[in-house]
Amino acid sequence: MTAVDDRPQAASTHEVGRDRRRKEDQRLITGRTKWTDNHVLPGMLHLAMVRSPLAHARITGIDTTAARQAPGVIAVLTGEDVKDLQGSLPCAWPITEDQKAPPHPAIAVDRVAFSGEVVAVVAARSSAAARDAAELVDVDYEDLPAALDLRASAKDDILAHPDLGTNRSATWVFDSAEAGTGSSVEDAIAAADVVVEREFRQQRLIPAFMEPRSTVVDPTGEQFVMWSATQVPHILRLMLAMTLGVDEGKIRVIAPDVGGGFGGKLQVTPEEIITFLVARHTGKPCKWTETRSESLLSAHHGRDQWQKLTLAAQADGTVTGLKVELLADMGAYLGLVTPGVPILGAFMYNSIYKFPAYHFSCTNVFTNKTWTDAYRGAGRPEATFAIERIMDELALELGRDPMEVREQNWITHEEFPFTTVCGLEYDSGNYEAATERAKELFGYDELRAEQQRRRESGDRVQLGLGISTFTEMCGLAPSRVLGSLNYGAGGWEHASVRMLPTGKVEVITGSSAHGQGHETAWSQIVADQLGVPFEDVEVLHGDTQISHKGLDTYGSRSLVVGGQAVINAAKKVIEKARPLAAYQLEANPDDLEFRDGKFTVKGAGADQEGVGLAGLALAVFAAHDLPEGMEPSLDADATFDPVNFSFPHGTHLCAMEVDTETGATTMRSYVCVDDIGNVVNPLIVEGQVHGGLVQGIAQALWEEAVYDDQGTLVSGSFVDYTLPTTADTINFVTDRTTSPATSNDLGVKGVGEAGCIASTPAVVNAVLDAIRQFGVKDIVMPCTPERVWRAIQDGTAGAMSETAGAAAGHFAEGEPNQDPPGAGAAPAAGTTQEGGQA
Amino acid sequence: MIPPEFDYAAPATVAEALELLAEHGDEAKVLSGGQSLLPVLRMRLNAPGIIVDISRIEELKGVTEVGDAIRIGAGATYQDVLDSALVQEHLALLHTALKEVADEQIRHRGTVCGALAHADPAGDVGAPVLALEGRMVIQGPDGERTVDGADFFVDLFETAVGEGELLTAVEIPKHTGWGARYEKFVRVSHQWAIIGIAAAVRTEGGTIAEARVGLTNMGSTPLRARAVEEALVGQEATEEAVAQACAQVAEGTDPPSDLNGQADYRKHVAGVLTRRAVLAAAGA
Repeated sequence: MTAVDDRPQAASTHEVGRDRRRKEDQRLITGRTKWTDNHVLPGMLHLAMVRSPLAHARITGIDTTAARQAPGVIAVLTGEDVKDLQGSLPCAWPITEDQKAPPHPAIAVDRVAFSGEVVAVVAARSSAAARDAAELVDVDYEDLPAALDLRASAKDDILAHPDLGTNRSATWVFDSAEAGTGSSVEDAIAAADVVVEREFRQQRLIPAFMEPRSTVVDPTGEQFVMWSATQVPHILRLMLAMTLGVDEGKIRVIAPDVGGGFGGKLQVTPEEIITFLVARHTGKPCKWTETRSESLLSAHHGRDQWQKLTLAAQADGTVTGLKVELLADMGAYLGLVTPGVPILGAFMYNSIYKFPAYHFSCTNVFTNKTWTDAYRGAGRPEATFAIERIMDELALELGRDPMEVREQNWITHEEFPFTTVCGLEYDSGNYEAATERAKELFGYDELRAEQQRRRESGDRVQLGLGISTFTEMCGLAPSRVLGSLNYGAGGWEHASVRMLPTGKVEVITGSSAHGQGHETAWSQIVADQLGVPFEDVEVLHGDTQISHKGLDTYGSRSLVVGGQAVINAAKKVIEKARPLAAYQLEANPDDLEFRDGKFTVKGAGADQEGVGLAGLALAVFAAHDLPEGMEPSLDADATFDPVNFSFPHGTHLCAMEVDTETGATTMRSYVCVDDIGNVVNPLIVEGQVHGGLVQGIAQALWEEAVYDDQGTLVSGSFVDYTLPTTADTINFVTDRTTSPATSNDLGVKGVGEAGCIASTPAVVNAVLDAIRQFGVKDIVMPCTPERVWRAIQDGTAGAMSETAGAAAGHFAEGEPNQDPPGAGAAPAAGTTQEGGQA
Repeated sequence: MIPPEFDYAAPATVAEALELLAEHGDEAKVLSGGQSLLPVLRMRLNAPGIIVDISRIEELKGVTEVGDAIRIGAGATYQDVLDSALVQEHLALLHTALKEVADEQIRHRGTVCGALAHADPAGDVGAPVLALEGRMVIQGPDGERTVDGADFFVDLFETAVGEGELLTAVEIPKHTGWGARYEKFVRVSHQWAIIGIAAAVRTEGGTIAEARVGLTNMGSTPLRARAVEEALVGQEATEEAVAQACAQVAEGTDPPSDLNGQADYRKHVAGVLTRRAVLAAAGA
């Protein structure tokens, strides 16, 4: 590790920096824990949703008679039944004053706007009975034309919501000249020696978290209790109250152990509202758990943008301006932060480069598809992909090495803190150090030489090298910044530290983990702060009755914001204990120092016993002998609102082999050197980096949510939505450089999204680098073997080819064998014949 | 996901199984490893009245030597077959292809005969069995009959197994000493084959004496590329000679177009992979 850290180390650093095994893993890995779906309550009903098979249709009638009469059925509710109760699902981020949006019903009332939308719900005594009865609900639809193509929809060819009059929800603009943070892009383009204009496609992705979504509502107590597989129990509670008009105090939300989210559980879902309504309607506890097919179809999707970039530069390679024009597919509705997702990338397209002029505009567009929302990185992967792709294109135009062009334009380490053309202040970083280390680990020069040899010999397997020198903004977020972006909430985080009479410590965090390892990391932090053993710290979260206040986990914010709240609360505990310690030691409070869990008198020698925090906690519990006027409590709360984002960065290098005969791609090596500031737990960081890398690589090579021309999701199971497994990845080489963040005491920056943000362009740049020699200029993601092969065959035209809108035929209707393949059994895969290629 | 309601029977003998199939007709579905049937049931793509589970029938288990052939019972899982020394010695092509089937868990549950009866053209079993001239043993109310591959695979998910009949075994002639390669083309490892090429080659000196080539997912059934096999006989096992012999492998095939590739692309890749598979099988 190349340490560029010159900050003084804290006095006690026993735990922070240690690769502690995660304390939560035993129960998670062995399954000896309670996920939402494990909850079984007396008299509980099970729900099954009836979903629209059509992308856009008027509901002309729903006959629930047969379903109501089915065995075990207690209730069947349609949109008509709940239209006055269900409110409209919340969107907390209207990006402009004049943003247009349709009402967002939990159950569609008279029209469905995407395939998968709920049209009715069945409650029954068993999940099997509910599922059986759901098949008996008879819905009549009158087909409406569906808006499916993003670019066509932006022109209002077909309206996704006819009553809205347009598909364009809002256009959000940032201009550095207007903002006073830079000069005019149009001037820069006019004066440029080199103008590079490119369009990139961000395909639609599905978060595909491991634990399917599940919600249980118990209406039988004084409060409604909702267990839900959510990233955002606190936001969910507030939004339930606001959407349904129920007193917030009458709602308790519990996120028990949650099996991943990747932003996909940063949502207030129709199913949560519906489960609540049915529980209230029946007076019985209700559970809904989705199937994997339901999850892929109806849980929110991610990305789906067209990106147009115009980059201006001087002949010597110095960049002078960047213009970004986006179209972002909202899908059919606006979810919790849907409109803001592309805006989260608005300040990141300039990335690590010193653009003097910048213009960003994004138009959000409705289509009749599953709505989109946050997905790991949310806005920043899109920005990173586009800028890192076009920096390669600039290098190509100039005939120069892509790394050299980056070096020429990036912010040098002496220039920090650096105020960007967007007005953000990057507090720390060292791009040179990370890049130098990455190149060394990668063997950059040797690989370039091998690439040259393969080209010259016309090897069937060509080699390509891809670069991604990325940065991102983490730690959502300074509340004043969110306010300036019309976001509906702040960005603070809350924590409490409670001293138990036994000397053990309870830490309550408002940052609700769903697999990140908060319990371990927070324990390490508090162990150091209070000088107590790691094992003595218990971290509680995810239940609004225990953790009453918080803004939850997303945007790599937990450690940077929530971790600082924990530190602040711990410091308050020490300060509350100080007068009592001084009283017991018969000393002046100002003469005490706190170190390794005990107070001692400064200058009184190393052999003094002092008083420990555990003893003080017991004394406070007894409260028999406290200083005059002291409150008998050491417990403390803290709410921390960051003053700035943090800015992790890193250099990722990827070598890809391309089989020019088949278009198949194979990863040869992947090196990443990330600068995420200081590290609390290196093992957790490795896990985040590896998982993030695979997720980003998957966007480059494997994953795509594909719809057919009727608006049906074709990649509706893991047969067709090709999620990678460990068998598809290689051993990554990871390392870190360290420039601590200045915005928090730990000097941490956040790592939850870094790998996912950085890796995608590194891979695509590498694939392209291998085959540019054949005239290829771009390949649409995912870079499937077919796309790569067609690109090699005929350049860009083939490279832009759409994926065939047909599923593989393994689960055709009428399977398995011995059913004569009638009309319904025709293979979903078409049998179109093209000319004989072979 | 929850399948629709069905009755369930687990007969102990083939005779009992056949009685159940006769009694229930097209309402009955046969369950062996369940790796294809259960997803279909859970997705509610099929709703049989009764499941006849043959996995507990002892007489269907095992891999045995029957004269010049290896007999794989309908109860033998992929893993049973992979573990069989007989298969390793005499059916290298089948052995190498089965290693590519899905994942470890599925290979311990799913059965070779179940896959044959399911007749998904993208499955990895049909092409090697067809190429190695396997014979399907079918029992029914009228006794036992044997069907070769060309007659067994009728169409997509459709075989010669009739109503009331049960596929009880496959017998595959020994190909001792033949080289083998299964080229499975996938984007991610756990996928069905986009296409697959099963090649077995017997060489004499540096010359190809005999060749067998089966194709996965190049049509509505597994296919055998007889013209390629014939063209390979007598060729030197060199890149150029093999490439020429394999060039027409996709002629007359009718592969699907789906998310993983259009038909023309599959045809192209078939040519490339056949050459590679044959060369590898020939040890070149």
